[in-house]
Amino acid sequence: MGKIVAVTGNEACAYALKQINPDVCAAYPITPATDLMQRFSGYVSNGQVDTELVLVESEHSAMSACIGAAAAGGRVATATSSQGLALMWEMLYIAAGTRLPIVMPLVNRALSAPLNIHGDHSDGMGARDTGWIQIYSENAQEAYDNLIQSFRIAEHLEIRTPAMVCMDGFIVSHSIERVEYIDDADVKKFVGKFQAVHPLLDLEHPKSYGPLILTDLYHEYKRAQHEVMTKVSGVVLEVAAEFEKMTGRKYGLFESYRLEDAEIAIVVMSSAAGTTKDIIDQYRDKGVKVGLLKPRMFRPFPFTQIAEALKHVKAIAVLDRADSFGGYGPLFSEIAGAVMSMDTKPAMINKIFGLGGRDYLPDQAEQVIDELIKIAETGKVGAIKEYIGVRE
Amino acid sequence: MTTKALKLKELAKGEDRFAHGHRMCAGCGAPIVVKQVLMATDYPIIAANATGCLEVSSCIQQFTAWNIPWMHSAFENAAATISGIEAMYRSLVKQNKLEDKNVKFIAFGGDGGTYDIGFQALSGAMERGHDMMYICYDNGAYMNTGIQRSSATPFGADTTTCPAGDVIPGKLQQRKDLTRIMAAHGIPYVAQASPANWMDLMKKVQKAFEIKGPKFMNVISPCNRGWRSRTDDAIMLSKLAFETCYWPLFEIENGVTRITAKPKEKRPLVDFLKPQGRFKHMFAPGNEWMLKQAQESVDAQWERLQKEAVFSGGEEK
Repeated sequence: MGKIVAVTGNEACAYALKQINPDVCAAYPITPATDLMQRFSGYVSNGQVDTELVLVESEHSAMSACIGAAAAGGRVATATSSQGLALMWEMLYIAAGTRLPIVMPLVNRALSAPLNIHGDHSDGMGARDTGWIQIYSENAQEAYDNLIQSFRIAEHLEIRTPAMVCMDGFIVSHSIERVEYIDDADVKKFVGKFQAVHPLLDLEHPKSYGPLILTDLYHEYKRAQHEVMTKVSGVVLEVAAEFEKMTGRKYGLFESYRLEDAEIAIVVMSSAAGTTKDIIDQYRDKGVKVGLLKPRMFRPFPFTQIAEALKHVKAIAVLDRADSFGGYGPLFSEIAGAVMSMDTKPAMINKIFGLGGRDYLPDQAEQVIDELIKIAETGKVGAIKEYIGVRE
Repeated sequence: MTTKALKLKELAKGEDRFAHGHRMCAGCGAPIVVKQVLMATDYPIIAANATGCLEVSSCIQQFTAWNIPWMHSAFENAAATISGIEAMYRSLVKQNKLEDKNVKFIAFGGDGGTYDIGFQALSGAMERGHDMMYICYDNGAYMNTGIQRSSATPFGADTTTCPAGDVIPGKLQQRKDLTRIMAAHGIPYVAQASPANWMDLMKKVQKAFEIKGPKFMNVISPCNRGWRSRTDDAIMLSKLAFETCYWPLFEIENGVTRITAKPKEKRPLVDFLKPQGRFKHMFAPGNEWMLKQAQESVDAQWERLQKEAVFSGGEEK
């Protein structure tokens, strides 16, 4: 059995990295992820890990060094937020396209301008199409658990694809919560030994990484990358099942909360799901059949499984903690895509909330549920996309 | 034995670590530079390469000219990529997961990927002190993308983004003195070399490999497409660059500057400029000032280098 501690999300993730003991970490500080690597640096300085820490001059170089290190043949991790992820953008594609199993906690934060250091999902959503696996966490416990599982997922021999584990900046990264740590030995056993595939450091069998590919084959390579992504769900579930055996904590591709018999549903990711669950309980007490779907794995997006989970619902509100200017929120677009396959399509609304760390309050959840009740009764949708919690 | 004798007869027998069959332009200086660098030593080498001529021509899907482990990830990050590879090597050796075979790490970049977009990553890697060597093959423009000016483009040159026109006669700025900037990082070894002086270049590579820590070498690399010279002029132009003191051969070892070869007689800069179409307009009537300014700049730099060699203790007064 592990121990129960009171820690922040960053602290829990740093501790997970300590238990995993990666061979190389290359990092550059950025709020609110700074604290995560700072804590990990302490483990390095005190000899509690074997990690070679490369403290680079930018996030672009952090990801570049991680790419070099992963291709060299070892376990690699970094962490970032916001502008840092944006600066890595070019290299995120290269890490995924080269199939390097780098793992990165992403402490979700808004993107400039205007400059804002607080939590929203703009950064993660910006990296949506880079080919990284994206797993979102509701709280520090999930961030810790997801981070440990992510090494197994990313390094799985049929996948070998980088993964980012997301948690809300400040709300989770800096708040102290109850977290159940797993024993070091169990983590070590669970994560297992790193298996290098075509390492650059195999001098006897020299490999060339990063060729030029012209019109003759590029298309096929990208299709192959997509094929790899189709295998991720199975691995995520397999790893989750094993994780449950070890900890008793159950994870899926998404979480359904009181959704089985629900007539209306809210779809929301990360920390806001907690508040929403409380309000759902209150409405359930009043006899309103409302449920929640909380996506955990955002990339690859489990369209069919989510469609199956939502098929009986009359009206859905998708809450996005990021916007796509001139379009619907990114999560809304995914859910709308999933719903496409249903015979009877539910009514859908999209609420943009909590940008740049704006609090998501219980009355906002109430407001959304009240609107959903009306839509379910009348079948009429007013504005599809609206901002909530805006100062007028 | 890793520091081998530099005898042509022996070197010719060695294995090609950068093999024939690559698709560099005929007469390009860069593959000659790479061959000389890799031929200088028998140490196991892992290389990273910035995006550019060398990279796009040497490893096209299903084919590779590299007989050593090699990686290209992006344009501006060869130094950061090799930092990661080197860090993984150190980590695995330290953990006894890998045998220490005295592997050497090299990054190759053109002037674009080194002087300009790659400068930040290069500066960072040097400051961090990775045990690596960075080799810039300097052809003085973004040749791969169609001969646009870079900060390594010499004064007066006609490029596609600073074309010699009626009002602006080519590049009006002096080239960035990257070799000196790298020396200012205080790294243990910085050198400037030329493929025409192959023995000097290879000796510098050998010396650099015996030094722990970050090393930087700037190597002139003629490009007949961009320089608008004849296909087989690369070595001749490298030699002229040396003889006119446009490209002095020197090294800065732990702060001590040594001029490693001096031309018997310093030739006028026009001897280097004339065979190159990119400087043709400088010889047109009315542009005499350009030739004068280019010559003055080379003279001033050569003077300064000689003084620096004396001042730093690399040469007797």
